[in-house]
Amino acid sequence: MKINPDKQHVYWNPYFAGFLMGIILLLTFYLTGRGLGASGAAKAIVTQTVHTVAPTHTENNTYYAEQFKGGKTPISNWLVFEVIGILIGAFISGSLSGRAFFRVQHSPKITSRRRLWFALLGGALFGFGAQFAKGCTSGAALSGMAVLSLGGFIAMLSIFGGAYLFAYFFRKLWI
Amino acid sequence: MGPLIPDIISPEWNNIIAIVLGIAFGYVLESAGFSSSRKLVGVFYGYDFAVLRVFFTAAITASIGLLFMDYFGWVNMAALDGLPARVYPIIVGGIIMGLGFVTGGFCPGTCVTAIGIGKLDGYVFFGGIMIGVFVFSEMFPLLENFYNSSNLGDVSVPQYFNMSPYWFMVGVSVIAIIAFYVTLQIRKRIKKVEY
Repeated sequence: MKINPDKQHVYWNPYFAGFLMGIILLLTFYLTGRGLGASGAAKAIVTQTVHTVAPTHTENNTYYAEQFKGGKTPISNWLVFEVIGILIGAFISGSLSGRAFFRVQHSPKITSRRRLWFALLGGALFGFGAQFAKGCTSGAALSGMAVLSLGGFIAMLSIFGGAYLFAYFFRKLWI
Repeated sequence: MGPLIPDIISPEWNNIIAIVLGIAFGYVLESAGFSSSRKLVGVFYGYDFAVLRVFFTAAITASIGLLFMDYFGWVNMAALDGLPARVYPIIVGGIIMGLGFVTGGFCPGTCVTAIGIGKLDGYVFFGGIMIGVFVFSEMFPLLENFYNSSNLGDVSVPQYFNMSPYWFMVGVSVIAIIAFYVTLQIRKRIKKVEY
């Protein structure tokens, strides 16, 4: 696909994007009674994989076992379908703006290898932390705040607070 | 009265609806620039506050909408899925997530949009998430007590402080508008970062 460098870095007005996102979230609650999420899909994939490899192991661990309650299969979780949707939606948007192609994005001051190692580390921390909070920025903070839940507000404050707390030490990765 | 699933729309549609809502969510996230880690972390270094603007606008739009729908009797806001306020686990988890945010540059949802447009750092971040989930799940017997501690239940902020949800929402909106204005001033003073 031909890349149009003029359009590549033009994003929507943030308030417009936020408003639409809010409407989508509202619709999600109205239709399904639940919010949007993302980390839950990774949890479903992990649990299903571990279950396939070692079924007795997942039965003995309450954290895994909870996801099988009532004969459920983790991989058919609502969030797995929703995340497949996110993937498609992002691809459509990125393709229309000439942003869909393979690359590693990083600050010119660091190497791609360094970027990838820190992406792996950051992902692991995010995945680990999200389990404590029962969700990530979308599932716990955004969806939680939409229904004014105390947990959602605490999650938002601690995620952003935590990030500001450590931002100084990792500034060379970004600026 | 909402939610429309399972009474008005049959539950078989649930997964189809999940994909459709996901496509809309992913489209808006990507169009807002959230597939770019360098744009996302700008909020922590003061050169791009898109995250703050999009995030607060979305949360406020959704909650004002829900308050109206609740008022008109279209949906019972208290019955919707909230996040049980397990105070200390959420704080600890949130701080770990914050550390993950400034090192990895994504959060789980935005990393999926990055995967969608072919960013390899997004793929690696998602692999990291799975490692983190796996480690947590395996450690769960050790963490179980803490995980279930300090649970105040699914309580809303206005309930907890015994105030009107409408006035609370007015307060949140005022804070957001002040934050939008202040961050605009900060960005003007900070050196532009090209990304």
